[in-house]
Amino acid sequence: MTMMLLSTNSALFLALFLPLSAIVLLGALREFPRARDVAHVGTAVVTFSLVLLLLVRFLKADIPNVFLFEVMPGLPINFSIEPLGMVFALLASGLWIFISLYAVGYMRANGEEHQTRFAMFFTLAVAAALGIAFSANLFTLFIYYELLTLSTYPLVAHKGTPEARRGARIYLSILLSTSIGFFLVAIIWTWTVAGTLDFAAGGILQGHLDPGYAPLLLALFAFGIGKAALMPFHRWLPSAMVAPAPVSALLHAVAVVKGGVFTLLKVSVYIFGTGFLSATHAAVWLCWVAAISIIVAAVIAISKDDLKARLAYSTISQLAYVTLGVALANQMGMIGSTMQIVMHAMAKITLFMCAGAIYVAAHKTKVSEMSGLGRQMPITFIAFFVASLSIVGLPPMGGAWSKWFLLLSAADANQIAMIAVLGIGSLLSIAYLMPIPVKALFGAVPAGQAPSDAHEPPLSMLLPICATALGCVLLFFFANEIYGFLLHVPLLPPEGGLQ
Amino acid sequence: MPETLPEQVPNQLADLLIFIGGHYNYWMVIVLMMIGLYITISRGNLVKKIVGLNIFQTSVFMLYISMGKVAGGTAPIITGNPDEVYSNPLPHVLILTAIVVGISTTALALALVVRIREAFGTIEEDEILTIERDLEFPAQEASK
Amino acid sequence: MIPQAIISQLPILQVIVPLIAAPFCALLGGRNRAWALAFAVSLVTFAISAMLFASTLDGTVLSYQLGGWAPPIGIEYRVDALNAFVLLIVSGVGALTMLYARESVAYEIDERHHGLFYSAFVFCMTGLLGVTITGDAFNVFVFLEISSLSTYALVASGAKRDRRALTAAYNYLIMGTIGATFFVIGLGLLYMITGTLNMADLAHKLVEHGDSRTLRMGFAFIVVGFGLKLAMFPLHLWLPNAYTHAPSAVSAFVSATSTKVAVYLMLRFLFTVFGFSIPFEVDVLRTIVLPLALIGILAGSIVAVFQEDLKRLLAYSSISQIGYMLVGITLLTPGGLMASIIHLFNHAVAKAALFMVAGAYVMQAGTSTISDLRGVGRDMPFTTAAFVVGGLSLVGVPMTVGFISKWYLVQAALEQGWWPVAGLIVLSSLVAFAYVWRFVEAAYMYPTPDGVIRREAPLTMLIPMWIFAGSSIFFGLNASLTSAAASRAASGLIAASSLIWQ
Repeated sequence: MTMMLLSTNSALFLALFLPLSAIVLLGALREFPRARDVAHVGTAVVTFSLVLLLLVRFLKADIPNVFLFEVMPGLPINFSIEPLGMVFALLASGLWIFISLYAVGYMRANGEEHQTRFAMFFTLAVAAALGIAFSANLFTLFIYYELLTLSTYPLVAHKGTPEARRGARIYLSILLSTSIGFFLVAIIWTWTVAGTLDFAAGGILQGHLDPGYAPLLLALFAFGIGKAALMPFHRWLPSAMVAPAPVSALLHAVAVVKGGVFTLLKVSVYIFGTGFLSATHAAVWLCWVAAISIIVAAVIAISKDDLKARLAYSTISQLAYVTLGVALANQMGMIGSTMQIVMHAMAKITLFMCAGAIYVAAHKTKVSEMSGLGRQMPITFIAFFVASLSIVGLPPMGGAWSKWFLLLSAADANQIAMIAVLGIGSLLSIAYLMPIPVKALFGAVPAGQAPSDAHEPPLSMLLPICATALGCVLLFFFANEIYGFLLHVPLLPPEGGLQ
Repeated sequence: MPETLPEQVPNQLADLLIFIGGHYNYWMVIVLMMIGLYITISRGNLVKKIVGLNIFQTSVFMLYISMGKVAGGTAPIITGNPDEVYSNPLPHVLILTAIVVGISTTALALALVVRIREAFGTIEEDEILTIERDLEFPAQEASK
Repeated sequence: MIPQAIISQLPILQVIVPLIAAPFCALLGGRNRAWALAFAVSLVTFAISAMLFASTLDGTVLSYQLGGWAPPIGIEYRVDALNAFVLLIVSGVGALTMLYARESVAYEIDERHHGLFYSAFVFCMTGLLGVTITGDAFNVFVFLEISSLSTYALVASGAKRDRRALTAAYNYLIMGTIGATFFVIGLGLLYMITGTLNMADLAHKLVEHGDSRTLRMGFAFIVVGFGLKLAMFPLHLWLPNAYTHAPSAVSAFVSATSTKVAVYLMLRFLFTVFGFSIPFEVDVLRTIVLPLALIGILAGSIVAVFQEDLKRLLAYSSISQIGYMLVGITLLTPGGLMASIIHLFNHAVAKAALFMVAGAYVMQAGTSTISDLRGVGRDMPFTTAAFVVGGLSLVGVPMTVGFISKWYLVQAALEQGWWPVAGLIVLSSLVAFAYVWRFVEAAYMYPTPDGVIRREAPLTMLIPMWIFAGSSIFFGLNASLTSAAASRAASGLIAASSLIWQ
């Protein structure tokens, strides 16, 4: 009964704006680091509980709708909930708890400056990700998409060194130029032909857009959503590696990249409609672009010695799996893509947190220097190992399921070549990921290198690492719940709609 | 054919002469205008530029004034004679205003030239440009 | 309640109040007295224009006959949705820059010149308001010259800081006078064929007149004349120096109003007076103005990227932004026109904020050179934050007014199927990102040079600056008011022209 104290609409409103107002609180607490950090983690916990509450209501078919105001006639800021957004919101707010905890430990252990600014923009970024998740139309989504880009810029440039400035400039200019150059044009085009930007079951373009133009519009979306890091617009991702590890974890595992592919997924399901996409074969070319991204990025990852750079290219490769699922344009593809978003987020966040832990504890960034390090930091590297298995897609890790559904989807779409691509991608991921934990745990310390006095990182870092590694395993066993939930994604317009 | 030609040529010539002569005032306006604009653009001396600008503006005054003239018309002061032909007074009045504006512009421009002379020590455009360029790139000046 | 007698006199009060007050500013002398009078007058004019705007909201057109002489013989002041909107912009920017001017002018101009300075400032405002409100074409010339002459003087008053202000003012004077004279020539030709100077009457008689060489010449002269005044590429050469070297308050006011008023005049003459009664006019716009505007958009942005001086950077960005408005006009569709008008407002708001920021730097840091302003974001956080807001608006990032403009403009271009134009607009905003971010990075990401002490700008500068910056966020989030005003103004213009709309 206490649950009903909060109406569903208010809960959605709070989930969206509580993090935003917490920013002011964090700023006010700049003189009290301890209180500030408690407030940061506390905000994350409260926000996650709100999202959980929304999930419970959603499962009871209680769907909120928060209408703020109209920006331009016919273009309101409007929020609602549908299954895909729910999954992304759960992911972003849930993992936020772990990263915020980890960030507190990392920033303190490293003695970083501007911790308050960091916490404020971090919170802003997550707030923007939640806005993306709950947007009820493409217009609102675009506003939050840009907010996410801008709010993460100070995080990437955090160190203020010339290198950080350069990386952050590339990061911002690629994301802004793709979004304004392509994404915005695509949105205005959609608005001009369809007369609406609302996310609707079965899409809004069918019957309005000449199918001959569909591939072009899809291209504007696919490349315009630069956060999806589809090649050749992926350069921002390795550039953003200059950021502190918690930021990389946030950027490359949760908010930014997942915000990107999630947007792409939403566009394909609710703007184009999977039926429209598969009927017009508008997305076939995208399969091939995604396939090239999967393989080329993986090959580049193998060649990188810098751990974070390797993980970045691995992210590009893994994100292309999501794009591939979108491009296959069937139900299994949609489910596989969403699963991949979840599984990859859980695994990649673990990997990035491990990379940060290794940096804090041993000040090592190169893969070649990590041989034998696992003896000093066994827990970290075991977590790394578990997450790597999940990325590769081996049971009993969650990653196995997403790869499985993507295979099914490729089979459904009769894309035999894509099945091969998925296989090669997994093999390549073994090649770039597995040697790291294996060598660290079982390899010898390189000759000529003084035995390091490294040890496990502080508890506030180690706990989140273990938790998310455990999450990778748990997801394997709870995948069926996600699958069942995703079956609710409406792919067809309601009766009486366009057919 | 050869017989008719000599007759036609004088006709065409006459038409042309009538056209030119009939628009005599416009030709003069155009000539003045071009002289004025040319001086404004081509001269480097700031005062001469203003002279050019004045000639340019004067051409416009002439355009308006000649436009208001009615053949055989007199000054638009009521004489009591119902058959009297008057010139159109409106363009003339308008141009009074324009002349006032023109004088203000000239005064302001000359005042500016005085100030420029005080500040730069010259009223030649190219010399001022050299000084300004040195202001803009002081490093180059030092290295010279 | 304001008596009806005063309400009916509002159109003339709009102009006459500042016109009478201006000489008194000069007589009062002394810093605070002249400023106080100027500020009071600017508030009154703003109140008047707000009332005029409110009374034209329902689509009424106010007509005021000077001296009781009925048009077309007498001079008529005519207020419709379009110029009520422009009046509001001019007087609003005027009032806020006047507040800003107090500290800024005290720093940049000798005390003994303050009376004259504020007098010229109020005259300039009078001229701009007069140009906007009048329905008589020759009256436009008179007011245009009132505003221009005072602007030349205002620009020259920047000479205390940098003597280049004098040559900038001189060049502006030469080009501005040529522009105004071109306009008068064109007007004379129109008078020759119609015998009238009242805009509404002109429009009527020009349709009756049909096509002729004289009309074409008149059209060409007037377009070039306004082109000079609104700094259409390549007639923009006066603008960068004038904006760079003018006192900061003047840069903020002039950049936000005078080119906008010239754009308004362009709109008024193109649609109301000429009304596209002959195909020649459409051809000129499509084959000459459109390419020039597109080149201006791109060239202005690209040149801005390479500027060392912040004010000059903003000046070149203005040239580019004016191009957007011209493109909107040349589309010749309701959507394009509306995009143009809404951008007129949006750009005025953003640019005023940006030039105010530059002025605050000039005052507190003694420079507007970008490399000397490194690390200024930490010393002057509020001022620099206002720059970020205004800069993002130039780029057209969502939640700023620039985004609204870009949305409407791209939409209008796409509706016409002008893909390359839409592409160029988008490309230019990416270049805008380059020049904006160059400064933002210098301000936040570099350490303060040794031994440099900079304090935050005083409150009287921060408040107007943030009113503009805040408006560029507010109207970026809630554009229903501005888009309604713009679409009303656009449909008014369309109704007046002879173009046939689908």
